[in-house]
Amino acid sequence: MTSGGPRVGVVTFPGSLDDIDARRAVRLAGAEPVALWHGDHDLQGVDAVVLPGGFSYGDYLRCGAIARFAPLMTEVVDAARGGMPVLGICNGFQILCESHLLPGALIRNDHRRFGCLDQRLRMESTATTWTSAYSENQEVTIVLKNGEGSYVADQHTLDVLEGEGRVVARYLGNPNGSQRAIAGIANEAGNVVGLMPHPEHAVEDLCGPGTDGLGFFTSVVASLQRV
Amino acid sequence: MVRVVVDVMPKPEILDPQGKAVQGALPRLGFIGVSDVRQGKRFELELEGEATEERLAEVHQMAQTLLSNPVIEDYDVRVLS
Repeated sequence: MTSGGPRVGVVTFPGSLDDIDARRAVRLAGAEPVALWHGDHDLQGVDAVVLPGGFSYGDYLRCGAIARFAPLMTEVVDAARGGMPVLGICNGFQILCESHLLPGALIRNDHRRFGCLDQRLRMESTATTWTSAYSENQEVTIVLKNGEGSYVADQHTLDVLEGEGRVVARYLGNPNGSQRAIAGIANEAGNVVGLMPHPEHAVEDLCGPGTDGLGFFTSVVASLQRV
Repeated sequence: MVRVVVDVMPKPEILDPQGKAVQGALPRLGFIGVSDVRQGKRFELELEGEATEERLAEVHQMAQTLLSNPVIEDYDVRVLS
């Protein structure tokens, strides 16, 4: 391992926007960011993967629907099922749902407008690989920017998510019509997390609403250093 | 060559903001009495050869894996004569 700490890959798809910010956040959290390319079949031996925000493949068909079948996603899905930490942010969350690594789907905001705001959230599950740095029910402010951020799933799935403590973050005030104000969820094992808000845009005081987002990245670094 | 149509629609219980936007625009244009609008997608696939049961089963697979998201959408496959 290099001096940079754990190696966290950030996948760039055609149309990714926030891959560079995500790599910066990884570095600020004490890990070594690794740029991964959607068209490769190579995870370059990374310890964790971030699927960043943006409009992969132009959001054609459905958000994340084409990206799900990008060559690298074969490796990402396998690694995620094998326990590798994977965080999907915004478009990355959509890709994780399309990949069936997470249940449910994200549809157009109920108010039909693109939302861009500093969003208050309540962190509800700190048991995941990506949220251990937070305290339960901690309230944070993280940037939210999307057009298709409304989380939907059938009632049974929602009940399971709530019952198993897999609702990672909930909106304070529902900005997009998400069912049960869900902003982020985890898989059963807690290594795969999808989040609509953008923690990578809240890691430095200079630009953004504060540093409340950094915890997602320091959490995974801490968990990888424990291994 | 045969043309197969796959219609994809948001499930009835899923909010359809696009349909709502269209519905909202209709009265502004003077079209009244439209109580609901749902917006979906139509795919037209040109298949080589005949529309055999096997080929159509394949189209169903395409519809389930890529053309629609079964969590939020229903689909329908039909052959155009």
